[in-house]
Formats: sequence, C-alpha cells, structure tokens
Amino acid sequence: MATDAIEAVQPDLTDMIRVAVPERSVRHDLRAVSIVWRRELIRFRTDRLRAITSLVQPILFLFVLGTGLSRLASRGMPPGVDFKTFIYPGVLAMSVLFTAIFSAASIVWDREFGFLREMLVAPVRRWAIVVGKCLGGATVATFQGIIFLALAGVAGVPYNPLLLLTLVGELLLLSFTLTAFGVMMAARIKQIQAFMALTQLFVLPLFFLSGALYPLNGLPAWLTVLTRIDPLSYIVDPMRHAVFSHLTVNARALTSLSPGITWDGWLVPTALSVALVAVMGLAMLTIAIAEFRKTE
Amino acid sequence: MTPAVSVSALTKRYGEIEAVRGIDFEVAAGETFGFLGPNGAGKSTTIKILCTLADPTSGTARVAGHDVVRERDTVRRNIGLVFQDTTLDSYLTGEQNLRFHADLYGVPKAAFAPRLRQVLEMVGLWERRGGVVATYSGGMQRRLEIARGLLHAPRVLFLDEPTVGLDPQTRVSIWDYINELKKREDITIFLTTHYMDEAENCDRIAIIDHGKIVALDTPEALKASIGKDRVQISTADDQAAIRSLAGDFGLDAAVHEGLVTFSVESGEHFVPKLFGSMAIPIRSVSVSRPSLDDVFMSYTGKTIRDAEATIGDRNRRMATRFGRSMGRR
Repeated sequence: MATDAIEAVQPDLTDMIRVAVPERSVRHDLRAVSIVWRRELIRFRTDRLRAITSLVQPILFLFVLGTGLSRLASRGMPPGVDFKTFIYPGVLAMSVLFTAIFSAASIVWDREFGFLREMLVAPVRRWAIVVGKCLGGATVATFQGIIFLALAGVAGVPYNPLLLLTLVGELLLLSFTLTAFGVMMAARIKQIQAFMALTQLFVLPLFFLSGALYPLNGLPAWLTVLTRIDPLSYIVDPMRHAVFSHLTVNARALTSLSPGITWDGWLVPTALSVALVAVMGLAMLTIAIAEFRKTE
Repeated sequence: MTPAVSVSALTKRYGEIEAVRGIDFEVAAGETFGFLGPNGAGKSTTIKILCTLADPTSGTARVAGHDVVRERDTVRRNIGLVFQDTTLDSYLTGEQNLRFHADLYGVPKAAFAPRLRQVLEMVGLWERRGGVVATYSGGMQRRLEIARGLLHAPRVLFLDEPTVGLDPQTRVSIWDYINELKKREDITIFLTTHYMDEAENCDRIAIIDHGKIVALDTPEALKASIGKDRVQISTADDQAAIRSLAGDFGLDAAVHEGLVTFSVESGEHFVPKLFGSMAIPIRSVSVSRPSLDDVFMSYTGKTIRDAEATIGDRNRRMATRFGRSMGRR
C-alpha cells in the first residue's frame, strides 16, 4: 500500500495547484446536468448484458407471440396486413419500458452504494441532478428502442425516414416520461427490492392496458375505461397512427386497426395525445425535483 | 481570521432521540480537529449538519464563515467530504469518478488536468487512474475518496471515520497520507474517529458522549488534566508492598494483571523515592503516561469499548427505525 506512494512521482510541495470553485451559476448547473447524463451513457456502454437482455422480451412478443397468434388473428385482419405489423408499435413502446424504469432504479442503487450522497452534497441545484438523470435514462432507453427499430422491416414496417424520425421522437418522449416516473418513485422508495416489486406491479398492467396488442375500439365498458386511464395508451396510439399512415391500406382497415383514442365518442387528436404524455412527464419531473430538495 | 468551523448551541433531534444535545466549539483555520467518541455519540450527526446534509433542530453552525442552513451552496463549495461508507461509483474508473466530481463542483476545465494529477499522486493512485473502482482494494478506494474530497481545493476537509473497516496496516498508510496532506495543502481537517490512537494525530480533540462535548483540548493537555501516571511494580511480597505504599506514601494500590498497580503524579520522579524507602525487594517497574483511553474513562466513567457495547444497541435500534435514509442522505 505504502510502496506505490513512494514509487509515484511526488509533485512539487510548493506548487499547490489553486482551484477556485466559482459561484454557482446556470452554466454550472448545466454542466452538472451534462455530467449526470454522461454517466448514464458510460454505464450503459459498459453494461452490454443489460442492452441484450432487455431486447429479449420485445423480441419474444413480436416474433413468438406475433407469429403464433397471427393465424388466429388474421381473421380479423384486413388482407395484406400482418398481425406483427399491427403489434409492432406497441412492442416498440415496450422495448423502452423496462430500460427507462431500470435507469431510474439506478438512483436506488446509488443511494444503497452511497454515490447519491456524492451528488447531493455538491454545490449544484437538485433539479440539475434529477434532470440529468431523467435525460440520461431517456437517452439510454431511446437507444434501446432504436436497436429494436432496426427490426421494423421484419415486421412489415417500411424504413421510411420520416416515419423513423417520428417514432424516435415518440420513443424519446415516452422514455423521458417513464424515467421521470421511475425517478419520482425512487425518491420515496429506498430499498431496491421494493422498487423492483413495484415496477413489476406497474409495468405489465401498463403494457396490457395500453392497446399495444389490440385496437382500442369495441371493447367492453370496463376495459374501455381502463385503457383510457393508462398513460401508455396515449403514446402507443400515436405510434401506431404513424406506422399506419405509412402503409398502403384502405380506409376501412385503417379505422378498424388504428381507430384512435376516443373519450365518450370524441376522437382525441394525436397532438393532444402526445401533449398529454409530455405534461405527465413534466409533472412527475417536478414532483421528483421537489422530493429530492428535502433535507433531513 | 474567521474560524473554519464554529458551532453554537447546536442540537439535533430525530423523533424521540436527541442525537446532539447542545454543543459549542470552534475550529481554527489550518487546525486538525478530532471528534472522538463511541459510535452513536452524535459525531456523524454533527458532521452531517456541518456538511449541509441535515438541518439542525436548533442552534447555529458556520463553516468557512458561512451559515450551514442559509448559505448552503457557499458552504458546499468550501468543503470536501470523505464518508464512512464509500460514495464512489464502482462501475467508473478512478479518473471518471474524479471527473464527475470536478464537473459537479464546477472546477475550471483548465485546472482539472493538473489538479487531477496532483491529488492522485498525493494518494499514490496516479498509475491506477484508468482502473475500474470495483477492482480497487478497500484502502485504495478510501484514498481515492480522499483525493476526490481534495480535488476542488476545499478550505475544510471532513473525514468521517476515515479508517473504519480497514486493516491496521492500511489504517497507518491512510494516516500517512493525511499527515502529508496537512503539510502540503492549506486546509483545515475535521475528523471523527473512535480509535484513540488516531485521535493522537489531531491538534485538538473534542470528546463527545451522548450528544454532548465532555472535554475539549489538545491530546497532551487532556492527558495532563488527568495528571497521574500509572505505575506497576512486581515485588517479592505484594501484600506487604501495598501496605507499605499506603503507610509511607498514602497511596491506594491494588493488584491488577498480577502487578501492584497505583496512580501517582509524575511517576518518573516517584520511582527513585520508592526504591530509596521501600524495604521489600522490587523486581521490575513500569511507568506509563495516561492514554486517551484513560482520558475518555475519566470524563465519561467508562472505556470507549464499554460505551460502544451499550450505545451500539441503541444505535442499531435507531437505524432500524429510520431505515437507511438516516445513514445515506
């Protein structure tokens, strides 16, 4: 232990490097956002296993469930539209679901391993840390979604640049909102086991009620209500809308497969749908920041 | 000159438990100041308040001239921290951990590279900077934390039990680094410890027990305040020797560890007198100065190990009640 100190070149004693930590400024806060964000990327890059394992589930849904059910489902499908194409937008949303929430779980880990404290005692605003974390989670999850997006062709979704761009934008929004949700929970839930259990409790119902696997029209009343409550519905629908507007299908097929979300018969515009998700994301971010501002 | 730390009538309550019960002290700039006490005595709570991680229930505390509640950011810019538990990201390399810290503290970009090298060389980790922290030994991680705590050139460095959980050899080497640091950097060090031998390294020590400061002085003065040296003699007839000590010198002696043991002021002057007057043959003699252990015992009525045994229980109960939030926030 002591030997490597002796071997190291000792810096000049008289030449202590003066470091003046500047007054806190917005620029400084943005630098903090940037480093917290970059840390998420570094960790994602070194954790290849996570990138691979989180692709397993969407691939199973798309290819195993999608292929297995396609014969059965084809009766309800208009000719020329594959069932896999239909569920692709929903499964794409799923591909970012776990990654986004697990990115937020790293706050719980950071607390467990003390690194959170290193961040919380720094002379930066708490919002910078929370925003950095949410942006980091959103970036990592979107990247995960882009990998899955590469499989679009296999599901019969065209590689149209405008479509891809739209989908990436929607994935980014979804990932950000999900990470904000996770960070908000992580502010309160201090044990990783509890966090994981709660995640399980939320994630599958969110997915199944989102209309990822079935159209949102003609459902029984109870299910109609539940699907309208599920925030994920409001991003799966615009994603499906984007995909179907780039397919050559007749108008009847379009209304039966991508009917849009209705509130008591009123069709919710896509823009409002997307805006709703954005507002939810920002609201949860605000709550998360308020939670992390508290001191003992 | 403004004191590096000044605390007045500070208290901290967690529900029913009063962790800190009204403490006052000042630490001068450039001083190495130690908080000595058993686990659960209120050391870590005090450090948390000084580091702006917890708000005091009442009283005030100023660090580097700034109030820890009202001028939180200014205080944070001026302090460096090394906690008991590691706060490194073990997935990042040593250098990445320090870069993260530099960005978070707004260390000017031009100053970062030379300062990085300086602090890493100081703790002997320059060669290992590219290694992932998970591959570092416990001692290396602690040294990296010290380097990180110094990176932004704080005016006050807080070391909360800097050597806890390390093997004795590593503990000694950590202290070598801290002593080296005192020589090189213009810095005040505030540390907590429950190791008596480590407290000896401090310029001044505050002994804290049950949330109160029971004594505060230099280690030498504290030991001198007890006054008496411990003398142990081995004789041909212990009972006769005890009678003789009582009769001739008015000393209250007893047999401890098979030796006749008694306390006396300036033992080295007493021993020649003893040889001159006592008829019973003396086979061996040893004189020992009071240790901080004796100091702790004389102020609190127990040894630090006794204190740990009882307070340890209370602490564990507290830890269960408050969950991890207490220790980790």
